[in-house]
Amino acid sequence: MSKNLRITNNKFIDQTTKISFKFDGKTLYGFKGDTLASALLANNIHLVGRSFKYHRPRGIMACGSEEPNAIVQVGNDASITEPNTRATEIELYEGLEASSQNCWPSVNFDIGAVNNFFSPLIPAAFYYKTFMWPANFWKLYEYFIRKSAGLGKSPTEPDKDIYDHRYLHCDVLVVGGGISGIMAAKVAAKSNLNTVLIDDKNNLGGTTLFQKNECFKINSFYSNDWLRKEIETLNSLKNLTIKTRTSLAAYHSYNYLLARENLTDHLDLNEKRDKIRQRLWKIRAKKVIIATGAMERPLIFSNNDRPGIMLSSSIKKYIDYYGVKCGQKISLFTNNDSAYETAISLNNSGVIVNSVIDIRNKTNSLIVKQAEKLGIKIYWKSSVVNTSGYKKINSIEFMKLSDDATTVIGKKIKEKCDCLGISGGWTPRVHLFTQSGGKLKFRDVDNVFLPDKSELDQISIGSCNGDFELDDVIKNSVNLTNKFLKINNNDYENLEIISSKEIDKKNIWLLPSDKPLGKTKQFLDFQNDSTANDVKLALREGFKSIEHVKRYTTTGMATDQGKLSNMHALGIIAETAGVKMGELGTTTFRPPYTPLTFGTIVGRNVGEFFDTTRKTPIHEWHVENKAEFENVGQWKRAWYYPIGNENMHEAVQRESKAARDSAGILDASTLGKIDIQGSDASEFLNRIYTNAWSKLEIGKCRYGLMLNEDGMVYDDGVTTRLSENHYLMTTTTGGAANVLSKMEDYLQTEWPELDVYLTSVTDHYGTVSICGPNSKRILTKIIPDLDLSDKEFPHMSFKNALIDNIKCRVMRISFTGEHSYEINIQSSYAKSVWEKCFEAGKEFNITPYGTETMHLLRAEKGFIIAGQDTDGTMTPVDLQMDWIINKKKYDFIGKRSLYRSDTIREDRKQLVGLLTDDPNEILEEGAQIVSETNSQPVEMLGHVTSSYYSPNLNKSIALAVVKNGKKLKGQKMFVPMKDKNISVTITDTVFLDKENKRLNA
Amino acid sequence: MFLINCPYCGERDQSEFSAGGEAHIVRPKQPTELSDDQWAEFLFMRKNIKGVQFERWNHAHGCRKWFNMVRDTSNDKIHAVYKMGEKPPIK
Ligand SMILES: [Zn+2]
Repeated sequence: MSKNLRITNNKFIDQTTKISFKFDGKTLYGFKGDTLASALLANNIHLVGRSFKYHRPRGIMACGSEEPNAIVQVGNDASITEPNTRATEIELYEGLEASSQNCWPSVNFDIGAVNNFFSPLIPAAFYYKTFMWPANFWKLYEYFIRKSAGLGKSPTEPDKDIYDHRYLHCDVLVVGGGISGIMAAKVAAKSNLNTVLIDDKNNLGGTTLFQKNECFKINSFYSNDWLRKEIETLNSLKNLTIKTRTSLAAYHSYNYLLARENLTDHLDLNEKRDKIRQRLWKIRAKKVIIATGAMERPLIFSNNDRPGIMLSSSIKKYIDYYGVKCGQKISLFTNNDSAYETAISLNNSGVIVNSVIDIRNKTNSLIVKQAEKLGIKIYWKSSVVNTSGYKKINSIEFMKLSDDATTVIGKKIKEKCDCLGISGGWTPRVHLFTQSGGKLKFRDVDNVFLPDKSELDQISIGSCNGDFELDDVIKNSVNLTNKFLKINNNDYENLEIISSKEIDKKNIWLLPSDKPLGKTKQFLDFQNDSTANDVKLALREGFKSIEHVKRYTTTGMATDQGKLSNMHALGIIAETAGVKMGELGTTTFRPPYTPLTFGTIVGRNVGEFFDTTRKTPIHEWHVENKAEFENVGQWKRAWYYPIGNENMHEAVQRESKAARDSAGILDASTLGKIDIQGSDASEFLNRIYTNAWSKLEIGKCRYGLMLNEDGMVYDDGVTTRLSENHYLMTTTTGGAANVLSKMEDYLQTEWPELDVYLTSVTDHYGTVSICGPNSKRILTKIIPDLDLSDKEFPHMSFKNALIDNIKCRVMRISFTGEHSYEINIQSSYAKSVWEKCFEAGKEFNITPYGTETMHLLRAEKGFIIAGQDTDGTMTPVDLQMDWIINKKKYDFIGKRSLYRSDTIREDRKQLVGLLTDDPNEILEEGAQIVSETNSQPVEMLGHVTSSYYSPNLNKSIALAVVKNGKKLKGQKMFVPMKDKNISVTITDTVFLDKENKRLNA
Repeated sequence: MFLINCPYCGERDQSEFSAGGEAHIVRPKQPTELSDDQWAEFLFMRKNIKGVQFERWNHAHGCRKWFNMVRDTSNDKIHAVYKMGEKPPIK
């Protein structure tokens, strides 16, 4: 460590605790309390990156979130490495590894820097203009652009860290723990309001915390000493919660705010382990006080981007707070009084201040006089016109400004320096205010946008509200807070405040140069490398809207969102276009204020917690019997049960054959089950389904089709009449929740007069389905006293029964076309009933089958699956299910739509069967269907919706939707694939047992 | 994310609710007597106002009740919340 850059009498940095870290592979040392930036500066490292476009060397410029250059990659582990972090915000910890971004192969030797010498060729929108043509060259361009201009590396492995979300409710949220925020929080908490104060730094106090200057005193204390005592009293306030290292990310309507709390980022590597890294607070605040302060503006002059050129107030913080000298011989360049605070601080710490170059005519404020008294040299009415030094500034040149300040005149003075502090005045941080929908107003005297009107219960206080002088800050912050909270706190009424006041103000957005524009490079957006020239070029090319100029030049579009560049871009546009800044408006500030890592945004909702997993009560049996599972909505359903080395096709062929030859068993528990009760239940079903329900006998089941109001098929299932006013409806697995919501909607909003109650009972019952010619024999073994004769228990009927004295409902219904039964029993007994059936069926080779076999079996019978063979554009007529529409019913959902001009068209896509000429050729689901293969373009007539190889028919079968399909039965069609055209014939949708003999077998 | 004052449960976070489109579009009592155009008007035509809009909302992750809401879509300000079947308290 370069000892001579660190001053020793400093209370914020623990100089007894040495911390080692790595930057670009080199081991360096800092102290506890340092940021990565302050530690690098103490090691005399300014150069930390290359600029995006020209690859110019760039150094640390600021000390907070507005830092545009010191953007680093932290960590080299593939799962926790993080790009685009600001070195100025990273608290130093033992084991920290960071590296420069956007330089290849290294920060000191950068191949892309050749762009710098070609820079006249790289104007605004260069990338848009050049690489757009010829279009097929883009791949080549892209390779080089990506390699030379990346912005950090994304982690390639899943994030190992733990993140958390929590809610927080409070009466008053104070954002920002500087002097204004501290006073506001204290005033609020003392008035019995539940108050939360957050700040993104590791301690409270803001810039006043280290403001030890004769010109700023409160009750004869230095302002830093006074504030420290204030902070000490906060601990005694029991209504106050303080959260440090917590930055506000977003401010939404209704005072809903998101804040990110850093819990372990500052800890040593070995202390971080197994702890929650960051927590996202979801805050609901009754009232919000924004006290986010202001940030210093740079000045825009030629070569204003060299390493060693820094914001003046940042140089002050590095010396006063971190005890780090940013240089040994520092020059300052300013248009306002605050650079003099820096000059005095540097002087008091023994750093040589070459001079202060001030664009204003001589001014006599308290602080300027103080600087003069200390012998600091000031050049009035002067402007820096150039700087030198490639990897670090080594000198500046400045000249006198003309009276109208449009040109520079006289002799050029050259001054050697190793650091240049610049100050272009202050920009209130109004980002949160505008994020929340607040409108800004413009104050001409010092060119600032200030909070104006807001719809929300909030105020801005302190310098984010345009108060820049200590006495104004104190007086106005307390007054505004009192008024806002409707209280009358007088703790701060009789303070004796000494505060230097700025008397003269002067601002030039683009400083004049002795060289013509175009021969100079005055950077506006340091991270995205856009210059004043770029903005002027955009205006010449006809761009007028600030939003368009921003996108064309990329000004303000880097990861810092133009925190430093926006005001100057606006100023230059306004000047060039001859409009007032207040009328120009600003670009939109979007959340997050500083980048948020995805881990924080998703919190605990990762891996198995990403979504609910629903398992049937029989799930464990499927697992034990080696089932493969498929996801159906949130459900895990047994897909097929491979034996030995069987693949899916082999397993499904075996299962399908067994179910038709002897017996199969299926877990149907996931089907949606809705209990419908009430004296109007039958009438309700009449309106919901397309067919009639009033005459369904008690104990009978009926298949129903549900439409949307537009006439399109929505869901289907079998509903059983359990008693006069009691039905049990089944829905598709995926549609259950939506069907219930839809029915509730109609009941509550359209037909509130109906006496009907709906209850979801999907999870309450497990459903075991046994099918096949031996299903009756198996059921007899389990429920011997149930008469299973066709007369007593015919197809589409139901019986109450007892299994081991447990009540269950048995339905004789079939989705496979086989003789089959569904046993519905309280979930907790479902697995034992399943095992019982399996045991009883062993002598019949009962075979468990999964969803794939179920789909195959029903396709053999031409039964549709809503959502697979339908897609929201199919009417029952399109499905050739005209029989299910009861034309006599006065109304049902979707009825009127069935004879709209569009739905009665005869050439709609209709459901048909497809048989391939080659019975072994299995079509791909989703494949297109055409009638000829020679012409291009060819008309797409439809597509395959379901396709299987049927082991029971020994051929491939498919369902498809085809334009005018009903009339095309028997016709040849083609299914064009990548390497061939498959010949198919349009057929009926029922492939097996057209007479339904098997149902009663 | 706004707060909605469910008429049955009180103030809850927006994430508990689902929106159900424009309110006060009554399903025709005799759809069969409507022309294609009239039916299409009911079926498809919805306003999408920048400003004060009457909407249906459902407390989907709460009491599951449907209700009406008057919301300014430009700033999400909720002017009124009222039960199904009730007349809007403001115009
Ligand atoms: Zn509710």
